[in-house]
Amino acid sequence: MSSIQDVQNEIIGEFEILGDDKESTIFYIMELGSNLPEFPDTERKDENIIKGCQSKVWLTAGMKEDKIQFLADSNTDITKGLISLLIRVLSGRTPQEIINAELSFIDKIGMGNIIGSQRSNGLAAMIKQMKLYALAYQAKQNA
Amino acid sequence: MPINIEEIRSQFPVLHQEVNGKPLVYFDNAATTQKPFSVMQAINGYYELDNSNIHRGAHTLADRATRYFENTRTAVKNFINAKEDAEIIFTKGTTESINLVAATFGRMEIGKGDEIIISTMEHHSNIVPWQMLSKEKGAILKIIPISEAGEIDIENFKKLLTEKTKLVSIVHVSNALGTINPVEEIIKLAHEVGAKVLLDGAQSTNHLEVDVQKLDCDFLAFSAHKLYGPTGLGVLYGKREILENMPPYQGGGEMIKEVSFEKTTYNDIPFKFEAGTPNIADVIAFGKAIEFIEELGKKAIKQHEDELLNYATKALNDIKGFIPVGTSKEKVSVISFNINGMHPFDVGMMLDANGIAVRTGHHCTQPLMQRLGLEGTVRASFSVYNTKSEIDQMVTSVAKIAKIKNK
Repeated sequence: MSSIQDVQNEIIGEFEILGDDKESTIFYIMELGSNLPEFPDTERKDENIIKGCQSKVWLTAGMKEDKIQFLADSNTDITKGLISLLIRVLSGRTPQEIINAELSFIDKIGMGNIIGSQRSNGLAAMIKQMKLYALAYQAKQNA
Repeated sequence: MPINIEEIRSQFPVLHQEVNGKPLVYFDNAATTQKPFSVMQAINGYYELDNSNIHRGAHTLADRATRYFENTRTAVKNFINAKEDAEIIFTKGTTESINLVAATFGRMEIGKGDEIIISTMEHHSNIVPWQMLSKEKGAILKIIPISEAGEIDIENFKKLLTEKTKLVSIVHVSNALGTINPVEEIIKLAHEVGAKVLLDGAQSTNHLEVDVQKLDCDFLAFSAHKLYGPTGLGVLYGKREILENMPPYQGGGEMIKEVSFEKTTYNDIPFKFEAGTPNIADVIAFGKAIEFIEELGKKAIKQHEDELLNYATKALNDIKGFIPVGTSKEKVSVISFNINGMHPFDVGMMLDANGIAVRTGHHCTQPLMQRLGLEGTVRASFSVYNTKSEIDQMVTSVAKIAKIKNK
């Protein structure tokens, strides 16, 4: 499996092709969202909603062979696209990898300019929640 | 006389720019309107030449600043046809104007078991102050229901009125839907049971002739920034006899006649309600905004805005997947809508990518959205400087966006 940095570089490359055209970039993000795996209805509950996002984002995590698998969904297509990028980078990693991950691709692709400040806050909340899951699973492993 | 749109647009520098590589189309006028040169120049001019604290200075600058400041009060009085300048109180905005009434008139006049009536389509700023007051006083908050089209049935309002009704606080024009409410009738019916009426004029004063004497409302609250004026400034109109009986809102300078450690006597209206140094520069500039409106004439402005509204409504209704929200017969130039299968946030962001500024979300009217079973809407609101070609630009974009989920 490629490293977190490799995946980030891939994403940076994809966004470079899109260039400065905001509309195509947003269409691309939405398309990424439509490829997210189906989110189980039973997990669409309030305790899985990430606080700090304007739109609704549900996130759950499970452990498989020492690696965390994330599942997420949102009621808006752009947000689905954003969380799918995070899942692409962070899902299937060990808790320690997730805790240590520096997500430089967000700044490098100029995400702040694409999605604006409110959604950027939401994106930060998603990352925080994923790292909290990693910390919780690590604590469980060490218990 | 028809308005000269190019001449008007030339007075608004902010309109002449590109956003995301496209010419800016500013359709978020219900949130705030842009400001003409004259308003900006008045702010600069005040600080360059006249800056001085008003009302008590013995020097020329203070006198000049006071005169300009009070000139705006007179302009506002004429703008809404109040009887006298003293009935015009400057506040921070509509929200503060409503809170002022709740904290003074409300605290004094509304007690346990008394009733306050508002409608389903109120902005949060005309809900929360009354909820707070009701909780404090043990009063009852009653809500006028609305139809699917976003209209109030006057019969439903009549059913809520009782001899216990002390206040009806109602929005003149809905910010989320554009509905013009039958306020003349509401005011008349409320007065028959002895209730006072506060009109939230945040969205009406810029589109409609609002004549407080003809309407006979007891209070009118509105904001300067939705009237081509500066932000952070609003007006509360109140009838003299009511304002005189109300206790002060805040204590401080300006609102007093005499102060000793034993006792304070309060100033006359409107100063009794204007504690502290007011927002002098913006008040003076607001005078220029009113001048801008009056030079064009509200009738001509309304005619232009209605033309845009009808033109846009017709074109948007032809788009597959377009769902209008709020279809009242009486409307100002606001179009609220959704696209089948899409979240309003996504639609708004894609429109922004095309240079088009609209509002998305619940528009600070969550109970209204709950009533309509919606999470939110996309809202395009037109002003005097908007054009049909801007609407064409929006319609093309909306059609392209709608196609994603509505093939």
